[in-house]
Amino acid sequence: MTDHWQTLGEEGIQFMGKMSASISHELKNVLAIINENAGLLNDFCLMAERGMEIDPERLARISGNIAKQVKRGDQILKNMNRFAHSTDHPLSTVDLHATLAMVVKLATRFAANRVVTLTTTPTNKPLLITSRPFLLANLLWRCLDRSMNFVGTEKKITLSAVTKGEQTLIIFNGLSDQPIEEPAIFPSQQDSDLLTILQCTLTTASAVGELTLTLPQTTGN
Amino acid sequence: MTEKILLVDDEKDFVETLAERMRSRDMGVTTATSAEDALEMIGEQSFDAIVLDLQMPGMNGLEALEAIKKKNPNLQVILLTGQATVEKGIQAMKLGAMDLLEKPADIDTLTEKIKKASAQKMVLVNAETEKKLKDIMGGKGW
Repeated sequence: MTDHWQTLGEEGIQFMGKMSASISHELKNVLAIINENAGLLNDFCLMAERGMEIDPERLARISGNIAKQVKRGDQILKNMNRFAHSTDHPLSTVDLHATLAMVVKLATRFAANRVVTLTTTPTNKPLLITSRPFLLANLLWRCLDRSMNFVGTEKKITLSAVTKGEQTLIIFNGLSDQPIEEPAIFPSQQDSDLLTILQCTLTTASAVGELTLTLPQTTGN
Repeated sequence: MTEKILLVDDEKDFVETLAERMRSRDMGVTTATSAEDALEMIGEQSFDAIVLDLQMPGMNGLEALEAIKKKNPNLQVILLTGQATVEKGIQAMKLGAMDLLEKPADIDTLTEKIKKASAQKMVLVNAETEKKLKDIMGGKGW
């Protein structure tokens, strides 16, 4: 276990830090909106004290805004909690669809900064695999981060997971149709080590603008 | 005096609510949800102060600040941020930001900074006008 953490090295800590900073930034935005709506409510109270009539529709709009942000904050915290617990057990059974959704949510702000939209293919059925959740999340983030350097003209990357025989494929679709060499996606020794630990292979299919991670149903023993 | 403010933030709900509160405090507020839109507006209208989010999709706040200052060095920019690191703060000040406020911000503090920004802009504009007048007078040799 320790050896695997060491494989990630500084970049592993940076991954945790980067995601935590992004989450806190998102939460700050949620709080800022709630703060302004609370302030607006207070402004209305002061106006009412001075005898001004307040339109109930305006109050309903404030209440709606606050409820919307509470829901948004709850989603962010749920995702943060899932991410934090990814370090609990070195090896565990996870729903790959849920892991993809978590990584996409964590990466959304970074993608937006690069004017890229991230989505996952909707599915109702869980896809269970046994893996190292934190290492897998890190690998997915690295793939996404680098895929964004090669995003296609639509500026949209869609992640999906499917099973093929004994293997599981994670597909990153929406990349440029220009040829991409694998070293350009995963240039470092750490990247290669991470692929080895998780028993993954990475392939690019530039003709269809795809990058595929192939992993066994049980990975990272 | 009614200050003319440009509020720039990609969070639409934030920008709209804050604008409503500022308008009720007798400020003239225009909003933009991207730095690109804001730069266009700066070219078309005059503002006493710009309240700018530091992190936005596409062109971020620091890049926008640089572009604003290039367009009009007299414009006073107050940066708003969800994550005020010392490093970012120093960078912002070096680029000519007047102030940096952390979200969620207190409206009274923001209003005070806007008034200061507006006064500072007036001083700079007056100095510029005076210099122009002096240049004209000197050039004519009256």
